[in-house]
Amino acid sequence: MTERVGSNAVGERFEAAEPVVVAAKPPEKMAANKVLCDACPVLCQISEGRLGACDRWGNVGGKLTRMDPVVLMKRPGVEVIASGHAQWNGEWLNDAPVFVSGVGSGTTYPDYKPAPFIVASRHRGVDMVTVVTEGIFSYCSFKVKIDTDRYLGAEQSTVRYEGEAVGHVTTIEYGSQFLSLGGVHHLTGGSKREGRVTCDLMQKLGNREAVELEIEGGARLVVQAGRAPIVDGVPESRMRVGCGSATIGIFAKQWFGHVDEVVVVDDHITGVLTEHQAGKCLDMPASGIRIRGRKSTPGRYFQVANPGTGWGGTDITDPLSIVEGWDPQVARPGLRLLMVSTTGEHAEYFVLDEKLQPQRAPMPEAVRKVVDRIGENCEPALTTVLFVAGAGGSLRAGVTENPVRLTRSIKELLTRVTCGGAPAYVWPGGGITVMVDVTRMPERSFGTVPTPAIVAPIEFTMRRDVYAALGGHVDRIQSVEQVLAQANHRLIDWLPDNPWPLAPLENGE
Amino acid sequence: MNGPVRAPLPDGRWHFQHGPIDLVIGAEGDASAVAAALEDCWAAFGAVLPALVAELPQLRSPCTPALRLRGPVAQTMARACAPFAEEFGLFITPMAAVAGAVADHLIRCFRRPGVARAYINNGGDIALALTDGQAFDIGVVADIDAPRLDGALRIAARDPVRGVATSGWRGRSFSFGIADAVTVLAADAAAADAAATIVANHVNVDAPGIERAPADRLRDDTDLGSRLVTVRVPTLAPELVHAALERGAAFARRCLERGLIHAALLTLQGRSRMLDTQDMAALT
Repeated sequence: MTERVGSNAVGERFEAAEPVVVAAKPPEKMAANKVLCDACPVLCQISEGRLGACDRWGNVGGKLTRMDPVVLMKRPGVEVIASGHAQWNGEWLNDAPVFVSGVGSGTTYPDYKPAPFIVASRHRGVDMVTVVTEGIFSYCSFKVKIDTDRYLGAEQSTVRYEGEAVGHVTTIEYGSQFLSLGGVHHLTGGSKREGRVTCDLMQKLGNREAVELEIEGGARLVVQAGRAPIVDGVPESRMRVGCGSATIGIFAKQWFGHVDEVVVVDDHITGVLTEHQAGKCLDMPASGIRIRGRKSTPGRYFQVANPGTGWGGTDITDPLSIVEGWDPQVARPGLRLLMVSTTGEHAEYFVLDEKLQPQRAPMPEAVRKVVDRIGENCEPALTTVLFVAGAGGSLRAGVTENPVRLTRSIKELLTRVTCGGAPAYVWPGGGITVMVDVTRMPERSFGTVPTPAIVAPIEFTMRRDVYAALGGHVDRIQSVEQVLAQANHRLIDWLPDNPWPLAPLENGE
Repeated sequence: MNGPVRAPLPDGRWHFQHGPIDLVIGAEGDASAVAAALEDCWAAFGAVLPALVAELPQLRSPCTPALRLRGPVAQTMARACAPFAEEFGLFITPMAAVAGAVADHLIRCFRRPGVARAYINNGGDIALALTDGQAFDIGVVADIDAPRLDGALRIAARDPVRGVATSGWRGRSFSFGIADAVTVLAADAAAADAAATIVANHVNVDAPGIERAPADRLRDDTDLGSRLVTVRVPTLAPELVHAALERGAAFARRCLERGLIHAALLTLQGRSRMLDTQDMAALT
């Protein structure tokens, strides 16, 4: 479904009509994998994964599902009267157990009209207002953190999806490679196809679907929010415990006495135990090993090999290829050498022979234990996807007649910003630029419009007097009960890790 | 079972919805006449979908002279589609005109004293009511990827046009062709709807990368059976775009000659072709 705007357009309340005579009879025989939709007289039989004639109802996993209702979220233990036009007695709402999210709420973009839902509720005796809308964002992107040491591509390289440029490789952070995907430049600055493909990619990323990316001059990746990245067909399992130097530092004492030299192979900083400060602290004698690459500080080497998907994010498969040789004045036959990667996935044990040539040997149990511990200390490698968007323009006009006051109110921590109920980090500085973890948002929170742009939920919650003070559309406030009784909605459980948005903010007491 | 619902839009227009039918209704004139017309329209609206559903198997079967239909909307659908089956020998079912026929059926409620002009937009298929001296300007967006107003068609009361419809492969209905949009002006919305569908089917070319799939694998209960419908169109070389538009335009010209339509605008990947008759309102 591409066009979401207008489907539930301005959130106006539908008037219930008189019952109509139903002309069609349900079929006598229906295939087992279909559901009968009785939402209207057409009585579509919908196969799994498909939509009915209206595009509003579909068969999701064998269940008849409304595809575009506004999503309401309830706290655990709250019983709520089902849906639709149910009569509402308005009894329970002393402590606001239901939050109206922006998902499926529709929008009034690009005009100045009040947001689709402006909802009043009470939380611990305080009157709260939540302004609920779906923003249409051209100025938005995804920052993707990929936990891997493997070489994905050079910084600034173009990232492609279905052949189109959709973003770029940005910095490497500790144990992770960051990508920046989407953004206004690709959405609207390139060819039409580039914009459409970018929009499609962004919607999929936001909705936690897997996408296959290709980095120019680098790897092919499959990324999905909350899942392990797949690099060139190989699922990443561990995030490195640290760089090579850090790994030396962490495990030096545990190796001490079991080996005479340890090299932790790492594309960024390869560590050599006896030269490293950690080895010096243990009074370890020099081993005479000579490592390729550029020496940084003692025991720390840059560029021992090329980046790749082999040992420790390098391109090597034989660890000895980074050993240039041994100083015959220092090295001695029988010297025990461990070479290991920063995740412990690769490890080999060697003993120097009479000619000072390292020979592979069975790894002693005590050494194996420390290698295993490196693995144990690696956290599972994940892809995390953060949505970054600027709420500007007329979106703010849907909240208040004086938009800058909304911005100020957010900065002053009087107004809480959430996206589908998920807490949003608001960037310091001008404007309302938010950042949110898509895995904390309800499923299928993101939509698109053909502009192309991304549709995403956004809610502003504040005390009622604060809302009035910033010039809010107070005449359009309705109760949660009214929304429940009158809007097409879907009620889901609150995601327990998210803070309850109606709880007062620091300055909002 | 959800019945029909209606809601006022903040700008004074109304939204009627029942199952797959979504109408946006705009009417101007004497306030009481407009209100009465809206009430009549609402009263008629509830019966539309059940009546169609009652004849759905016939409506989903190919048009032939033997097809017998009872409901007024169903008959309008069949009448609008018949020329394409009978004169051109093409496959078409009455469903090709369902949206336009519903709009035509209900616009009649607004053809009454006091209502200056009105329109019913049924998902892009639009029926018009115009009194003397009145006109509608219909914006034309040639490229949905870069929406901008490419022109406005002024449809005045003296013009023979009371229906506007748009069809394309990316719309809600399936297409055998690859047009981004074919907009047709015709005497009523049902005629425009059927013609837009068939003209859009003719905007076509064989090229690698165009993906087609059997309609019944994409949606249940389709009237198109296993016929191949377009699911993906890559960026095409300019000569292919030109060839596809030419094919569509050639068919649209035949429709014009037979008086089935009054004008057509065909668009594909940023290029467009406009065809109209001399007496038509010009593209302003």
